[in-house]
Amino acid sequence: MLGTAPPGVAMAKAKAPLRLGPAVEVVVIVTGALLTAAAIFSLFLLAIGHSPVRFFELVYIGGFGSSFSFQNTLRRAAPLILTGLAFAIPARIGLTMIGAEGALVIGALAAAALAVPIVTQGWPVALTLTAMALAAVFAGGLWTGFAGWLRHSRGVNETISTLLLAYIATAVLFFFVEGPLRDPGSANRPSTMPIGRDYMIGTLPGTNVHWGLVAGILCCIVLWLVMSRTTFGFAVRLSGGNPRAALAQGLPVGKLVVLCAAIAGGLAGLAGFFEVAAVHGQANAALVAGYGFTGILVAFLARQNPLAIIPVAILFGALAASGGLIQRRMGLPDASVLVLQGTIFVTLLAAETLYGRFKIFRPRGDER
Amino acid sequence: MNASPAPLAPTRAPSLHATGMRKVFGELVALDDVELHVRAGTVHALLGENGAGKSTLVKCIMGFYRQDAGTVRLDGEEVHVRSPKDAQAAGIGMVYQHFTLVPSLTAAENLVVARADAPAIIDWGKERAKLQAFMARMPFRVPLDVPVADLSAGEKQKLEILKLLALDQRFLILDEPTSVLTPDEADEVLGLLGRMAHEGQITVLMITHKFREVSAYADDVTVLRRGALAGSGPALSLGVERLSRLMIGETTLRARAERRPVDGDTVLELAGLFAHHPDGSEAFHGINLKVREGEIVGIAGVSGNGQSALVEALAGQRPLSDGRIFIRGEPFEPKRDAYHRFKVFGLPEEPLKNAAVPRMSVAENIAFRSFDRPPISGAGGWMSLRPLRQRAQELIERYRVKTPSPDTPIEHLSGGNVQRAILARELSGDVDVLVVANPCFGLDFASVAEIRAQIMDARNRGAAVLLVSEDLDEILELADRVAVMSEGRIDYVAPIGETDRTTIGKHMAAHGP
Repeated sequence: MLGTAPPGVAMAKAKAPLRLGPAVEVVVIVTGALLTAAAIFSLFLLAIGHSPVRFFELVYIGGFGSSFSFQNTLRRAAPLILTGLAFAIPARIGLTMIGAEGALVIGALAAAALAVPIVTQGWPVALTLTAMALAAVFAGGLWTGFAGWLRHSRGVNETISTLLLAYIATAVLFFFVEGPLRDPGSANRPSTMPIGRDYMIGTLPGTNVHWGLVAGILCCIVLWLVMSRTTFGFAVRLSGGNPRAALAQGLPVGKLVVLCAAIAGGLAGLAGFFEVAAVHGQANAALVAGYGFTGILVAFLARQNPLAIIPVAILFGALAASGGLIQRRMGLPDASVLVLQGTIFVTLLAAETLYGRFKIFRPRGDER
Repeated sequence: MNASPAPLAPTRAPSLHATGMRKVFGELVALDDVELHVRAGTVHALLGENGAGKSTLVKCIMGFYRQDAGTVRLDGEEVHVRSPKDAQAAGIGMVYQHFTLVPSLTAAENLVVARADAPAIIDWGKERAKLQAFMARMPFRVPLDVPVADLSAGEKQKLEILKLLALDQRFLILDEPTSVLTPDEADEVLGLLGRMAHEGQITVLMITHKFREVSAYADDVTVLRRGALAGSGPALSLGVERLSRLMIGETTLRARAERRPVDGDTVLELAGLFAHHPDGSEAFHGINLKVREGEIVGIAGVSGNGQSALVEALAGQRPLSDGRIFIRGEPFEPKRDAYHRFKVFGLPEEPLKNAAVPRMSVAENIAFRSFDRPPISGAGGWMSLRPLRQRAQELIERYRVKTPSPDTPIEHLSGGNVQRAILARELSGDVDVLVVANPCFGLDFASVAEIRAQIMDARNRGAAVLLVSEDLDEILELADRVAVMSEGRIDYVAPIGETDRTTIGKHMAAHGP
């Protein structure tokens, strides 16, 4: 009996209080968390003798200041959209999968590995790219789908397994690029054979932003529709919201868990494909750029809403894009941006506990 | 405080007077100027519906909450209880509805670790001697060297009480003390407490909603309704009729649905069902049971004897290790298609936990059965939201679910309204098999009457109903046949007309071979 909410009881007469909706609550709390993080990070900058104002100014200039920097931002946002989705979709069924990094790397490796024989045989470009993309999605899907299966059939914690699988993925990548798939021409930087200029995915007309951005945005829209308007999405939300109720409704909760996990890996794998086919042209250590981990942050800030992921990913793209500028102008290491990211993550997690605390955001009549 | 209390003096029982108790949560007045006078050496029943403020009052006395106004006097002297620790120091102890003992420790170990001043290094020889001396003075005993997990519910309940007495707490608050006991165990424990009270050793304040216990064991009664004092007085002067009036006020309850004779074929058959807990121990053993069309079979039993595991197995939440379920002679698996084909529905206990998704809207929760069928679901699994909302709107009106809108998250509704929404979902269609588990747990009288009437209606329309309930009165009211589950087995099944409370109680307490 203890610890339960106070028992239902007589309602005191009161004027209808002002109430704002839950959407406003999200915006207010998330903004509050961001501002808190900025404040804490500012203290950090002051402590090491730098100007916070200058820092945020440079973030703005580096991320949005010019057409060039904004394109740079969008290029970095593209993989973040996909890895953000890779966290958000399994989160809807109650999984905390933090290994998008691994699926991205494996997807990229699969795409690059497949490209090596195909390109030498001179397949048409469109067919080659489609095959590479499918290979990447499939490989990534299997990678995290495995973690979903472990969770369902063996009760292995998916957060731990995906994290460990991410390390394994990196090791697998290094094994192949330094061993069986190594391009003998890549002396200092072991890589797979380049797929070649002709086979690279082009950029959006008039920009240097690749098509991965469009693919990411499309995925967001499609998955938003799937989650909110299809029976699959409904079953996923039901299973994530209350697995016991879902089982009592006869839903195949286990299958849905594995499927969501696989979808996550497929999305991250797709991000890996674009990294190979649009950015690097080959698979090498540069793939391990932390997009998978930043994606977790993106999804958190977007509160697992596929549509909200788009602007949030752009925000973090800007942060990443401005890293170089900050390094040059302020003499701060590149990693200072990561410090800010980490701070945001912590304040965001702390802010999670604030939901439902403020009466002003609750619907009228709910006086708990 | 010491583990070896002074020998019980004859006049140790304190009186307790709480006056002007008021507690407000936000805009809710949970307690409004409530008075409670417990005479020394009596058993006092605190009666009221769920949400009447009983728990709030007791939690104020125990120091879990601070009252906004009001004073508590113990033996005429004002006490300021700011935390449960203060309450313990003042000699006020509480036995909770759920056991607070450490299952893996023995009774003796539990008694020692409960002390606020348990020493860092325990001299077991000395402690044991003290405990044995203490036990010798008590009117009831519990084996000291057996792990608590191996004690029966009645023994655990006694141990909880002994724990308080060992701490020299003479004002005992019992929160629904008999909910985990068989009728016989309940009679024994309450009888013993009554005797100790009348000998002047303790004073007992007992939260309950069972009239039977009030008239049999309480000296005085205080009734709360909606946070206010509805009445109080000697138990003898207040009849059941008057008590229930005080409890529910002027609310009119739905009349009991009439039981129409229905004679049908066997619909649901459980054939040799076995299941295990995750730790490998047996949850239930060889369950055989048949339920006919238009029949309610009630499964009675003390909580924790495998009933909830059986309900979980029927709901697909727990795998069977052996046995089959048949519906109209065909094997049944708890899968979505089979639920639909055989028209199997369920009302689990605590619906918000077992049958609803708290964050999804009322309309969505009502659609759990129908979201993947036309007219809601179309080609490729695309859902049309209009029929979903329309259907929800209809059912919300028909079942009088009080909700601001169909789009309100169901977690914002009160317990009774959540249960009504689930009833609407599960009972509004054509029902062949209905599995019900403690459907009225934690609900107010009006909701209870409504839900029981609905279950009877479903039966009268020809549903085969399996009713699992820890509330024997509920089973006696609703069931056509009663089966008793004890230690994971069903060894006793009888038509309701050929059995009675005592017989059922005896089988509830029966231990397996």
